[in-house]
Amino acid sequence: MSAESTDVVIIGGGIVGSAIARELSRYQLAVILLEAETDVAMGTSKANSAILHAGFDAKPGTWKGKLNVRGNHLYHQLWQDLSLDVDWMGSLVVAKDDAEQATIEELLARGNQNGVPNLEILSADQLLEREPNLATDVTGALWAPSAGVVCPFGAVFGFIENAIRNGVTLLRECPVQGIVIDNGRVVGVVTPHGVIRARFIINAAGIQADAVARMAGDNSFTIHPRKGEYILFDKTVRQLVNTVIFPTPSKVSKGILVSPTVHGNLFIGPDAEDVADKDDVSTTAAGMERVINGARRIVPQLPLAAAITEFSGLRAASGDGDFILRESETAKGLIHAAGIQSPGFTAAPAIAEVIADILREAGLALIEKAEFNPVNPPRRVFREMSWQERAEIVARDPLFGRVICRCETVTEGEIVATIHSPCGAVTVDGVKRRTRAGTGRCQGGFCGPRVTAIISRELGIPVTAVRKDGIHSFLFSDKLPGVCEVSTDEQP
Amino acid sequence: MNNQEQKASKRLTCIVCPMSCVGEVEIADNQIVRMVGFTCKRGQEYAKNEVTAPKRVLTTTIRISKGVLPLLPVVSQTPLPKEKIIECARCLANITVKAPVREGDAVYKDILGLGVDMIASRDIEAVGK
Amino acid sequence: MSSLKFDVAVIGGGPAGLAAALSARTAGAKDVLVIERDRELGGILQQCIHNGFGLHRFHEELTGPTYSGRFIRQVKADAGITVWEDTLVLEVRNDKTIWAINPQQGLIGITAKAVVFAMGCRERTRGAIRIPGLRPAGIFTAGAAQRMVNMEGYITGKKIVVLGSGDIGLIMARRMTLEGAKVQAVVELLPYSNGLTRNVVQCLEDFGIPLHLSHTVSFIHGKDKITGVTVAAVDQDRNIIPGTEFELDCDCLLLSVGLIPENELSRGIVDLDGLTSGPTVNQYRQTSYDGFFAAGNVVHVHDLVDFVSEEGDIAGKFAALYAQGKLPTATNVVAVKAGQGIRTVVPQRISWPDSSGKVRLFMRAQEPAVRVKLKIAAGEDVLVERQLPIARPGEMIVVDVPFDKIPDCTQEISVTLQAVQGGGLRE
Repeated sequence: MSAESTDVVIIGGGIVGSAIARELSRYQLAVILLEAETDVAMGTSKANSAILHAGFDAKPGTWKGKLNVRGNHLYHQLWQDLSLDVDWMGSLVVAKDDAEQATIEELLARGNQNGVPNLEILSADQLLEREPNLATDVTGALWAPSAGVVCPFGAVFGFIENAIRNGVTLLRECPVQGIVIDNGRVVGVVTPHGVIRARFIINAAGIQADAVARMAGDNSFTIHPRKGEYILFDKTVRQLVNTVIFPTPSKVSKGILVSPTVHGNLFIGPDAEDVADKDDVSTTAAGMERVINGARRIVPQLPLAAAITEFSGLRAASGDGDFILRESETAKGLIHAAGIQSPGFTAAPAIAEVIADILREAGLALIEKAEFNPVNPPRRVFREMSWQERAEIVARDPLFGRVICRCETVTEGEIVATIHSPCGAVTVDGVKRRTRAGTGRCQGGFCGPRVTAIISRELGIPVTAVRKDGIHSFLFSDKLPGVCEVSTDEQP
Repeated sequence: MNNQEQKASKRLTCIVCPMSCVGEVEIADNQIVRMVGFTCKRGQEYAKNEVTAPKRVLTTTIRISKGVLPLLPVVSQTPLPKEKIIECARCLANITVKAPVREGDAVYKDILGLGVDMIASRDIEAVGK
Repeated sequence: MSSLKFDVAVIGGGPAGLAAALSARTAGAKDVLVIERDRELGGILQQCIHNGFGLHRFHEELTGPTYSGRFIRQVKADAGITVWEDTLVLEVRNDKTIWAINPQQGLIGITAKAVVFAMGCRERTRGAIRIPGLRPAGIFTAGAAQRMVNMEGYITGKKIVVLGSGDIGLIMARRMTLEGAKVQAVVELLPYSNGLTRNVVQCLEDFGIPLHLSHTVSFIHGKDKITGVTVAAVDQDRNIIPGTEFELDCDCLLLSVGLIPENELSRGIVDLDGLTSGPTVNQYRQTSYDGFFAAGNVVHVHDLVDFVSEEGDIAGKFAALYAQGKLPTATNVVAVKAGQGIRTVVPQRISWPDSSGKVRLFMRAQEPAVRVKLKIAAGEDVLVERQLPIARPGEMIVVDVPFDKIPDCTQEISVTLQAVQGGGLRE
């Protein structure tokens, strides 16, 4: 068993773990981030509404109330540095009767208290002028110009890549199997590759955060998976709405929304259903019906024929509904960043600041590094290039002249680059989330085999070792003699 | 064995034309004794062959080495006995030929001694040509 | 960046595009360009290694590669046809400039006097039909699996369930069986198979593969890799009948749930037909925008490749005539509409003057039926009436209408399919 030693181990490569890794990479620290899956952004961070919320929903005085607005503010600075895909398109909360109208007035007041900039109530006429496809019985809306939509996995990649560039070590397929405690203090984590000794451990394990806490004997909270289903539509129907459209929220949820994505698709969802199984990211007929019916309340004419995929994600709901950001009371040195449900994605960079503060208070010296570089190099996205740029890049690198994903115009050059980047893609879905190859209307029908071949070539592994997404998600078997033998007695 | 046991009846869907007639053929002592449901001559002929000696064209792939593609599609020159199809496919899974190959080449002769050659159904050039 | 000029540019080097290129040359086009995104010409036929192609055109049963090979050889032998393989068209503009890219030439801009769209079709996916369940590895469209098995040398699973009983689904059920896989079942939502009877018999019955009609996959199981599916019966409205569910183990689900004409490049330039999902065309396969033609599965999904080639012949010929200024401007246009019993009809309009002598209509029936009467009429004026012993949605109805029978008027032509005595719906 190796006994690697580090200052901080972060458990969990979602948006929270990655943002913390990037925040800590400013300092003279050794940091290792452990991810159980094949890639970062494989839990809640990959399947959520991908909204950078303005911050009017959360109660003033809560972590959510504080950190949503702060997070939104930070993203306005970070998105260019980290080369994230963000569209600051603003959001609307739509009211349909007097009671809902009263609620959006409350949200306005709450938002002002939380410090959300430039909130405004729109009349029904103003609203329908902006959004002509909405239900005609709307009475008004709350307009929040500071909201935006983000590429959710892209944001995680942006944070983690920057963290890696600044010295953080990422270990994927490295699940934490235990936490070593000595004298009431954490001293390391047990992994399949051995014990990693650490002075501090950050629990950013998302849906599994309570299990991680329990490994350290901390039973102070539980995480309840709450499932939300989504339907994603083709780009041909993007123009249905111009901004993120929420219904007036209920007590438990922001409701089923209709929103463009940052890449020019459209989605509807999520519903909210408490489930027992932390692996249950299935879509269901009932869930899809709820989502469709909910979305129809806002936009009656839904282009269902243009649906390209459905997915669901699990929110990591905690008992009291607020984020859990504190040092464990029973295991010193274990810092929880848990219960991160909406608006957790937005709050993530602010959560990272809070965690740094907690570490400092707990006795970790945070000394800034002179060589910290907050900026990621710009990604070379063929789809977004001018004709001139395209001509130039193909002249330099012929692989940019071979379009692998036709629906999203992704070239072989981009796929090769993403495989060899820091936190490079190792699976077909990993390539998809980084380049959009396979996210279009044919859902990888055309490019899937080609992406598989490129991964095989670039990573030097056989095609049969290429995986779709999860650890055991192998796609193809060899068609070798013997392997494909039939037992004839099974035939009539 | 008595006569009862040697008598069998088989239901068949005719594939000669889109009408897709469903008929029945009764066999006793390896002879067709009765045939109902097939509404045309071609259909009756088809049913007779299907019951006595059904045959199928086999299409599959074999490995090709040093070719621009890893697999060569092949087709049996004439239909093969239906009951031998799986066995033929299994036999061909073990075959490798060398590029280049021209469409129409008999790349594997006399499969399973059935007197039928397997024919390349496309050209495949050798790498580097 | 180079800039080049062609009489006719054909986008897509499958059966429609190859036929269009050859026919454009025959009709006098001096230089023809074929742009193919794959590494070689031939389109999807290259992975369709089974036989049964070409009975109409060549009067023999050919495999897909053999069928396309006949066209490819002619195209490659013709010095007047330029072929760019491994090349993707990024954009087509309505002034007939085309931007394409490949690794060898880089970004290439060309202008053509006439353009033929021949991009074929793509497969509907799981997402489009919203199958509930998890999202594990092992779910493939039948065509993607066909390519892996027949061209790349890998199999997608050893225990297979096929959803959809169109011809590709049936062919793949047999193909996977021959590769040593166990095909658990073919599951079909409709009460009938849309595939050819020949394929039901030779691909399923031959190997004892069960076909579950009026059933669907109601849930996909498996976290990383598919472990099975829940299958359930559906009622007449295609809703799941509770209590009918059963489980099938599998490590691979193949989807053969429909094909959609691939019109991303043509959308925005030409009008599309909401029912076929392809451009609306006249008898010359001329689209709604001057100088743009379309042929094959990009117009409407065909059952036989022979008809795809035929449509390519037509589009190529008239694109060439257009490029040479020999295609007269239409003096009158009459719409052709799908009436009762007919789902789609192509061409959707007929233009005057005509130089083809006859108009061949391609139609698909709404439902399977026996003893039906096909009527092509302009108001009260019956142009063609024909009794059909059987009509099946999976098989194209093809009828020639002599042009001199078509009245040169503004009245639309409608096509209907009605049961005659003793006939009607058939399952």
